[in-house]
Amino acid sequence: MRDVAIIGIGMTRFGELWEKSLRDLMVEAGLKAIADAGVDHVDSMYVGCMSSGLFAEQEHLASLASDFLGLGPIPATRVESACASGGLAVRSAFIEVASGLSDVVLAMGVEKMTDVAGDVCTAALATAADQDYEAFHGVTFPGLYAMIARAHMERYGTTSEQLAAIAVKNHANGALNPLAQFRNRITVEDVLDSMMVADPLHILDCSPVTDGAAAAILCPLELAKKMAKKAPVRIAGVGHATDSLALYRRADLTRLPAVERSGQIALKMAKRKPADIHLAEVHDCFTIAEVCAIEELGFVPRGQGGDAARSGLTARDGRSPVNTSGGLKSKGHPVGATGVAQINEVVTQLRGEAGERQVRNARIGLTQNMGGSGGSSVVHVLELI
Amino acid sequence: MSTVRVWRERRQRLLNEVARCKGCGKMHFPPRQVCDGCRGREFEMKPMAQSGKVLTYSVIRVAPPAFAQEVPYVVAVIEMEDTTRLTAQVADVAPEDMKMGMKVRLEFRKIRSEGRTGVIVYAHKAVPA
Amino acid sequence: MKDPVGIVGYGAYIPRYRIKTSEVARAWGWEAEIYRKGLGMEEKSVAARDQDCITLAVEAARRAIRRGATDPAKIGAIYIGSESHPYAVKPSSTVVSEAIGTTRWIHTADLEFACKAGTEAMYLCSRLVEAGAVECALAIGSDTAQGAPGDPLEFATAAGAAAFIFGREGVVATMDASLAYTTDTPDFWRREEERFPRHGGRFTGEPGYFHHTMTAARKLLEQTGMKVGDFAHAIFHQPNGKFPVRAGQLLGFSKEQCRAGLLSPRIGNVYSGASPLGLCAVLDVAKPGQKIFMVSYGSGAGSDAFVFTVTGLIAEVRGRGPTVEEILAKPTVQLDYTRYARFRSKIAREED
Repeated sequence: MRDVAIIGIGMTRFGELWEKSLRDLMVEAGLKAIADAGVDHVDSMYVGCMSSGLFAEQEHLASLASDFLGLGPIPATRVESACASGGLAVRSAFIEVASGLSDVVLAMGVEKMTDVAGDVCTAALATAADQDYEAFHGVTFPGLYAMIARAHMERYGTTSEQLAAIAVKNHANGALNPLAQFRNRITVEDVLDSMMVADPLHILDCSPVTDGAAAAILCPLELAKKMAKKAPVRIAGVGHATDSLALYRRADLTRLPAVERSGQIALKMAKRKPADIHLAEVHDCFTIAEVCAIEELGFVPRGQGGDAARSGLTARDGRSPVNTSGGLKSKGHPVGATGVAQINEVVTQLRGEAGERQVRNARIGLTQNMGGSGGSSVVHVLELI
Repeated sequence: MSTVRVWRERRQRLLNEVARCKGCGKMHFPPRQVCDGCRGREFEMKPMAQSGKVLTYSVIRVAPPAFAQEVPYVVAVIEMEDTTRLTAQVADVAPEDMKMGMKVRLEFRKIRSEGRTGVIVYAHKAVPA
Repeated sequence: MKDPVGIVGYGAYIPRYRIKTSEVARAWGWEAEIYRKGLGMEEKSVAARDQDCITLAVEAARRAIRRGATDPAKIGAIYIGSESHPYAVKPSSTVVSEAIGTTRWIHTADLEFACKAGTEAMYLCSRLVEAGAVECALAIGSDTAQGAPGDPLEFATAAGAAAFIFGREGVVATMDASLAYTTDTPDFWRREEERFPRHGGRFTGEPGYFHHTMTAARKLLEQTGMKVGDFAHAIFHQPNGKFPVRAGQLLGFSKEQCRAGLLSPRIGNVYSGASPLGLCAVLDVAKPGQKIFMVSYGSGAGSDAFVFTVTGLIAEVRGRGPTVEEILAKPTVQLDYTRYARFRSKIAREED
C-alpha cells in the first residue's frame, strides 16, 4: 500500500442554504478542494450522501457530481453508511489511492436537507435505524440516543448539566468558525431550559438540520511532496467497523463498539496511542454521542466521558481538544457531508490555518464519523508531514 | 409505511415469534438466517417469553407524523425473561412513573395506521406487569 | 351419547382508563348528580388510543385459551361481535385468528347486532360444536363503544371484551338451552357513513330493552320448565345500572341472584361485551352445580337467552387467569374530558 496524503480541502458554509441546490453544493465544495489542491484533473471520485433520494428525489448522485464538476468520464461512486457516509467516502478514496489504482481522487460528502418538510426530514433520517423493529414503534433518532443517555446516566451518574456543557463548548468553538451554522454562544441554562425532545435530551442537545457539502483531494504522499501547494497531511490510519444496526441488540447499551473498534484499527495502522492525538473531531449528533465517542476512542476512561467538557478537558485549550470546528451541534450536520467536514477541520488545524480556533502545535489529529445509533463508524488519523 | 412490508412481518408482530439458535441458544427477534453469536444456521422458532424488564427508556415528545397524536409516549429497550431483546413502546404508564428495570409484560395494541383511511397495524407494547 | 356442549375456557379484558359520570356532566354543563343517580353508574371504562375492538378481543381470547388450556389448532371457528369493528370491510376475526395462532383451516366472521353481537357469537359457536362441525369454537364480544359529543350516551358507552371457547371436552359450564328472539325495532342505529349512533330516547326502554328481554326470558323459562328460583345467578344486558336491576325484579330474581353479573355501575355499558363480561364475572364465583340464567339485548332489536350449568371443573380452570375482580382491582387512570375526547378521536388535529 502506498502512503496517502490530503493535499486539498474545501467546504461550503453549513446552514439552511435556500438558494443552493444539491448539485450547487457539490460543485462548490468540489471546486474549492480542487483549487486548494492545485490539481488540474481528478482520476476518480467518491460521494458520500445518506439520502439524496428521499431529500431531493435524486439518486445517481456521483455521476451528477462528476458531470457538473466537469471532471470528464471518470469513475464516480456514491457510498452510503447513514451519517458515516462522508467518512466512508474518504476511506474509499484512500483505498483507491493506496492501492495504486488512481493518483488523484476527490472525496466528497453532501446533504441537502431543507427542501422537504420537517416530518419528511425526520422520516428520512429514521431510515438509519431498523425500520421494522425500531422506527416502526415510533422511536426517533433522539429517542435512540436518549435511551443510551439514560443508561449512561444510570450506570455512571452522568448528568444533564454535563451533557449541556458539551453543547456549550461546541457552540463556543463554532462561534469562531466562519462556516458554522450556529455562531451564537449558549449557556448550560439555555440547554436545560430548551424544549425536551426525548427525555433526557433537550433540543439543544441535538445537532440541527443542515445543508452543506465538504470535499478533499487525496493523492499518493510521494506525489504530494512534489506538487502540493500547502503542507500535505498524511492519512496515517483508517479504521472502519460495523455493529448491530439496531440499538436493542447490543449487549451493553452504554457502549458503541463500532467506535472502539474503528478507533483501534486506525490508531494501530498509524502506530499511535490515544494520548498522541492533539485534537479530534468526533460525531456529536447528540451530546451523549460525544461522551460515548471519547470513551470508546480511549481519550477518557470508560464512564468518565460525561465530565470531560465541563471540566475543560476537551475545550479548545484543554488537554484533549474535541470538536474545535463547533462539532455537529454548532457547525451543523448535513448528514453525508459531516465526515468530510471533520477532515476539513483537522487538515485546517494541522496546517495552522484555524485562526482563532487554532490548537497550538497540532500535528496529529483524528476524525470519528458514525452512522445511525452506532451501526457503523469510520475513523481517520491524520498527521502533518 | 408499506402495507406489504408490515404484512410480511406478521408472525413477529402478532405472535412475537423468535428464532432460537440451536448452536448457542441466542434469541433472535426478528429471526435471521445467520446467528450473529456463533454464525450458526439452524434455528428453532418459538414465541418469546411473556415477561420481561425495561433496560432503558425515553419519553418521545417530538414525534414523526404517524405518532404525532400520541405524544408524550414512552419507548424502551426491553429484555424478556428468555433473554430476547426488543424495542417497544410502554403503554398504560405515565412518563413520570417510568423506572429503569421496571417489570413488564407484552400486550396486543394498535401501533400505527396510515391516517383515518389506511390499514391499521397491530403489534405489542409493554405494559407494567 | 356425546358429552354436552359448553364453555371450556373464558377470558375477560377491561382497559385501565376511566372517566367519571360526573366529569362527562361537567364537560357539558349538566348536573352531575342527576345523571349519576339516574343512570346508576359511577364511571365507565375507556379504550386508550392504541386500543380497539380487535386489541381487546385478542387479549380476552388469549386469556380464554390459557384458561381452557386449549390448543389453538383445534379452534375451527371464530365469531366476533362488536358495534365498533375498526373496519367496515376487512374482518376483525382474521386478525384475532392469526394473533392467537390458529391454523388457516378455520371459519371466521364478524357480527354486528348492537349490544348483542357478542351473545350472537356464543349462540353460533355452541350450535356449530353441537352439530359436530368443529371441535372448538371461539366466541368474542368486544367493543369500544362511541356516543356523539354531548349525547347522554357518552355517560355509558364503554370498552371491554369477553371471550368464550365452546367445546365438549373440559367443559366448565354446559349450555343447556338457548333461544333467540328477533324483531325489527329501530330504537338505536348508526347509518353506514356516520361516526356516531342515534337513538329513539325513551323508545329504547319499553319497546326496546324490556320487551325483548322479558319476552325472551319468559319463553326460555317456559321452554325449559324452569323457575327463577332454580338459578343461582342471573345476568342481563346492562346499558346502565338501572335497566338490568329492573329486569331482574320484574322476572322475580332477587338482588343477590343478580349481584355477581352486574358490572355496569362500575364500568359502564360495554355493548357487545356487556352481558358476556357479566357471565365472566359469574363464572369467577359460581359453584359446581349452580345454574346461570343469561339474557342479552341488542337494539334493532333482539335478545339471546341462555341457561348454563356450572361443572366441577370450574375451580381449576378459573384459577388459570385473572378474574374480573382482579382486573378491576388494578390501578386505573382517571381521564378528564379533554383527554377522553382525544383518546376517542372526538377532537383531533386538522391534518390527522
